[in-house]
Amino acid sequence: MRYGLFPVLALLPLALAADQPSPQRQEALIQFLKQDCGSCHGMTLQGGLGPALLPEALAAKSDDVLITTILKGRPGTAMPPWDSFLSRDEAAWLVAQLRAGLKSHTP
Amino acid sequence: MRTTRTSLIPVHAALLAIFLLGSNGPIHATELRGTGDLGLVVERATGSLTAVDTTRRVVLGKIPGLGDLSHASLVYSPDERYAYVFGRDGALTKLDVLERRIVKRVEQAHNSVGGAISQDGRLIATSNYDPGGVRVFSAETLDKVADIKAEYGKGQLAKVVGLVDAPGQKFVFSLFEAGEIWVADLRDPGNPKVDKFKAGKEPYDALISPEGRYYIAGLFGEDGLALLDLWNPDRGVRKIVPEYAKDDPKLPVFKMPHLEGRALIGDYWFLPAVGHHEMLVIDRREWKVARKIPLDGQPVFVIPRPDERQIWVNYALPDNDKLTVIDTRDLKVIKQLQPGKAVLHMEFTPKGEAVWVSARDDDRVIVYDTETFQELARLPAEKPSGIFFTARAHRLGL
Repeated sequence: MRYGLFPVLALLPLALAADQPSPQRQEALIQFLKQDCGSCHGMTLQGGLGPALLPEALAAKSDDVLITTILKGRPGTAMPPWDSFLSRDEAAWLVAQLRAGLKSHTP
Repeated sequence: MRTTRTSLIPVHAALLAIFLLGSNGPIHATELRGTGDLGLVVERATGSLTAVDTTRRVVLGKIPGLGDLSHASLVYSPDERYAYVFGRDGALTKLDVLERRIVKRVEQAHNSVGGAISQDGRLIATSNYDPGGVRVFSAETLDKVADIKAEYGKGQLAKVVGLVDAPGQKFVFSLFEAGEIWVADLRDPGNPKVDKFKAGKEPYDALISPEGRYYIAGLFGEDGLALLDLWNPDRGVRKIVPEYAKDDPKLPVFKMPHLEGRALIGDYWFLPAVGHHEMLVIDRREWKVARKIPLDGQPVFVIPRPDERQIWVNYALPDNDKLTVIDTRDLKVIKQLQPGKAVLHMEFTPKGEAVWVSARDDDRVIVYDTETFQELARLPAEKPSGIFFTARAHRLGL
């Protein structure tokens, strides 16, 4: 999945391509998702103290809502704002990965 | 009888062969040994456990096939031979620590967060998110003996957290959404008697004091802690130290603190403050904050060295590469260590001369001398999280 993106990226104007995290950063983001988001949402994202983040569970929610939730948290719940760790582009990239399903990243 | 006798010969031959070859495999009957200095390290990403020897400071071997071990924990049988592993995916696994093999495994729920073993070692209880509740199993067979649904409101099920064993064959636990503490008496295992107490908003974890008297739940949805005196349950839950965070705003909490470190030293309790860069020192004579010790990040585990001369603290993101050691005589920081990336847990050897620390993102466990802070050993482990030594078998609530 991740690697499939490269040929497409090569055709895009540079400015657009810059919105994608670098391959190293993508790897770090996936680790972050599994390990750190995973401490509440479960390492396989099937839920824990926080809700499941599987594609079906997110289907009804817009990208914007999800990106904002990641960056700003959900006041009144245990979900903290992650904007000190993630840029908006990175949060958007993570949302795309969540929609595709984390399984595409298991080695 | 006859078949048993004849089958003994090949078994003996096999054992002798292993003995002669100097096997590195599981420990066999030819090498008699105890389990008191053994331990298990959870490898969360690979769903395996690494067995360690804390005297020789070596890895003995791996036990794979345990499923999703994020936030996994385990307890030991009273003879320290067996471990019961609670997986996030709801699996309960009984392991033979000596033979390093799975004895039995049951899928007991969809989503689980931990468990406990009863005072007499005969029952295993699991703390479940989905379906919310506690299930109780025979420690011998893993057959289910009781199902305690965490029902509240209009029949919803709450996630169960902070499950511990307590004297009198009891299990005590908290209901996250319901804001309650329940005490289940399992003296008649198939017929649990449950007492329910209002606790406060969103209890997220809890501890029981080492002697088994006080159950304290941390509250996420409001300031303060919920205290239940199990010697005097008729007095109900008392809210303690609600005032500690009034003045300064809470920081975002990137990882929930864990309370089971149980740093109770003399009349003082040392607890991680939620959403603050500090540790609380609570005077248990009045249950008031006696002092706040400033730290370099949000504490997750606050664990006393067994002799109580030091307290060790690890941190939530983004400070999770550090460890801080505090001298309990004057509450001063005496050492900062940087064991590696994502320091998730630490476990002291039973008498505290060494501490084992897991550095998840560096794939290693580091052993420190707790007097000199010198590194004694470094062992490989894949994404290690919890470290559990067999001496836990004889302590209430662990």
